[in-house]
Amino acid sequence: MNAETLIAMVSIFTAGLTMGLGAIGPALGEGRAVAQALLAIAQQPDEANTITRTLFVGLAMVESTAIYCFVISMILLFANPYWDHFLSTGP
Amino acid sequence: MPFNPDQIVFWQYGPFKLSATLLYTWGVMVLLVTGSWLATRRIRPTLRPGRWQNFLEALVEVIRNQIREVTHQDPDRYLWFVGTLFLFIALSNLLAPVPGYLPPTASLSTTTALALCVFVAVPWFGIREVGLKAYLRQYLEPHPLMLPFNVIGEFSRTLALAVRLYGNLMSGAVIGAVLITLVPFFFPVVMQLLGLLTGFIQAYIFAILALVYIASGCRVQQERLARLRTREESP
Repeated sequence: MNAETLIAMVSIFTAGLTMGLGAIGPALGEGRAVAQALLAIAQQPDEANTITRTLFVGLAMVESTAIYCFVISMILLFANPYWDHFLSTGP
Repeated sequence: MPFNPDQIVFWQYGPFKLSATLLYTWGVMVLLVTGSWLATRRIRPTLRPGRWQNFLEALVEVIRNQIREVTHQDPDRYLWFVGTLFLFIALSNLLAPVPGYLPPTASLSTTTALALCVFVAVPWFGIREVGLKAYLRQYLEPHPLMLPFNVIGEFSRTLALAVRLYGNLMSGAVIGAVLITLVPFFFPVVMQLLGLLTGFIQAYIFAILALVYIASGCRVQQERLARLRTREESP
């Protein structure tokens, strides 16, 4: 169990955890937003354009949190600075 | 293996690298320019517009209507910037199923460049609209204590703009590459179709958000002026 193995293990585990936990919140939030938008469109079909546009902008805002999690997990897996450092110094 | 078109080098001359990102960015640009040029080459007032020109006119009209609905201002002021952003991103995403083509927007360099364009355009439009002093004053809204948060927000939203587009496109490409090695033909095709939809929506979102940021930089002032005017009218 040397340093590289430990770093690799923790990185992979944390990447999975980050993505898993980080997807829950945005998913719930976007689901709620879509449900509310559907209700609003059902009540006021004339305003469908405005509602849809605002919904997309809002979804993009909510989605950015999930994307931060995705980027963090990608960095942990593929561009991990500690991992590179240990590989360059050698065992 | 992360997916990065920047690392695929076709040709190298000293320090200059022709990466896939660069090549396909220019490819999309050439497509846009030649397409527009071919459509608008023979515009006469009496001539019936051809099919292609008609399509482009409809497209421009849709973009103008969207801008008008969002900003409630004359759309032509923002059309050149927002419309170009939308067309470029949309075309580069929609070409994704073409064999051998990699969307340049799946590279963080391209998306960062586009986001920086928006970052520069917001004060540019705002200052042109309301003047330097009035534009800088909105960083003190709603209270001077909020100044650092407003400045941080300016940067973080630019970062979010770049990373959102990059994350969506890159994840689509990675999922496609992984699936093609795992399962036979049918399922990756479905994912590609889904990727087309997300790509188009991301282009739309990028353009709309850029427009919202620009318009908010111009509009706060108009509200403020309206407030002042109502205050003067009602002593």
